[in-house]
Amino acid sequence: MLNIALPKGRLGEKVYDILERAGYPCEAIKANGRKLIFENSEQGIRYFWVKPSDVSIYVERGAADIGIAGKDILLEYTPDVYELLDLKIGKCRMAVAAKKGFRDDGRKTLKVATKFVNITKKHYSGISRDIDIIKLNGSIELAPILGLSDVIVDIVETGSTLRENDLDVVETIVPISARLIANKASFKFKTKEIENLVQGVRLQIAEND
Amino acid sequence: MFDYKLLKSEELAVFKLRALYRSYGYLPFKMSKFEDYDLYARNKDFLVSDRVITFNDTDGRLLALKPDVTLSIIKNTKNTGDKQKVYYNENVYRVSGSTGQFKELLQTGIECIGNIDIADIFEVVLLASRSLSTVSEDYVLDISHMGIVTAALSEATSDKSLKKHIMQLIAEKNSHEISEICRQNGIPEDKADVLVSLSRMYGDRCTVLERLSRICPESAQSALLELRQLDSLLTSSGIGDSVRFDFSVVNNMKYYNGIVFKGFLSGICEGVLAGGEYDNLLESMRISSRGIGFALYLDLLVELDRPGSEYDVDVLLLYSQDCAPEMLVAKKAELIASGKSVYSSTEIPEKLTYRETIKLD
Repeated sequence: MLNIALPKGRLGEKVYDILERAGYPCEAIKANGRKLIFENSEQGIRYFWVKPSDVSIYVERGAADIGIAGKDILLEYTPDVYELLDLKIGKCRMAVAAKKGFRDDGRKTLKVATKFVNITKKHYSGISRDIDIIKLNGSIELAPILGLSDVIVDIVETGSTLRENDLDVVETIVPISARLIANKASFKFKTKEIENLVQGVRLQIAEND
Repeated sequence: MFDYKLLKSEELAVFKLRALYRSYGYLPFKMSKFEDYDLYARNKDFLVSDRVITFNDTDGRLLALKPDVTLSIIKNTKNTGDKQKVYYNENVYRVSGSTGQFKELLQTGIECIGNIDIADIFEVVLLASRSLSTVSEDYVLDISHMGIVTAALSEATSDKSLKKHIMQLIAEKNSHEISEICRQNGIPEDKADVLVSLSRMYGDRCTVLERLSRICPESAQSALLELRQLDSLLTSSGIGDSVRFDFSVVNNMKYYNGIVFKGFLSGICEGVLAGGEYDNLLESMRISSRGIGFALYLDLLVELDRPGSEYDVDVLLLYSQDCAPEMLVAKKAELIASGKSVYSSTEIPEKLTYRETIKLD
């Protein structure tokens, strides 16, 4: 039995569609309800919905053999897992944004508001810039508007939220997309099952391309 | 009357592994709980976590609760080239990845240092495999060779941080990003292909060796030969498919240069055994020898423990204050002699579960 952690929400539904087309259907998952676990014993798979930022935890701790997580989560939490495939969906980018016209003259510590503390630290230590990190859990765009921070580090998809709030992307840190990850120990003992699933998904992604 | 079922998985493992290592001529190595902090400060990258519990000794020296055993064994190695084969059971103190707090972890392992040859390397790998099979027959030991990985990286780039990044991607089997990074950094396609192939190279030893021989860099031919010799010795010793080659097993190239390996047990979500050849570490400590060893993380075996019995004890022996102590002692001894576990009390304990109650008036 392969346990698969899907991220709740639109991305998870897209991923399920790919898995279904790859030969891993589970009809019950499409019914609206509060159920969290769905099993197709014939195919030997069990799906479960988890909060997107928790997928990597389920996989790293072996509760799920494989899962689909955004690259942002993988970069932020660096779980000890295999990253087997780029699904090329859920595409966006991790970027630095600031109020229109903002210029970092490097003369004082840069105040950065973000949900992604580790990615931010790594980015700025890579360019030796002294920063003050302000960890926020949502509505990051507010921070520079209210003067809480100089810039923000956040996920940018279309950029419309930024535009509506008079913010601009200053620089892109890294492109993000959904990745298929696997628990290292599960991969050792369920090699064939995981390989077959990865190959099926790979073919679907190639078709979508 | 000794009941092995009473032993926890890790206790049973310590017991059996000691006998295994002794039978191969490894001698016990007992060390102090504390080490000079300086030893770890100088070799920070070798440690799994760079955070160490430190304190001052009565003379002001800064000491540490040891976070690692290998460094202590090497420190006590004489630079004569004489072969030293030791095993240990020691507690180490490290920050746990999940909680971010210090934990006491029990490790057992072996080290073989000196003028070692392929027979010694084989013996260490064999003992790693036997250590795993001692705990559970459902195990996998993955072997890689740092000589091959570092040669492929050196042929692709001389940029140290890029090498480190690509090595991390190999450890993740992240072939899609290796291709992308190589393209962004102008690494020639043929060199990039070797790195991508390495990240995907795993499986039974025979198949991997055949695929490896097609892409192995010229500068790593001696490493390839070592893997072939190892495979041949493992095969002739009847070691089958549980011991595989997998190039996603990598370790810090500053210290590890030869064969590296990682062991997994079915039912445990992370690697339980890790080891390899660390000549570069010895060189950095000015010891001109070769060294190879491994550690088995016994604390992880708790996941394999059998579910406990439904009852804490077989018999709750209730006695009144008026009961003659001689009678109580005799009754309890009689029950224990019949193979039962007995808890005696004047009152019914709140949380204890018991199969039957016997009252003594």
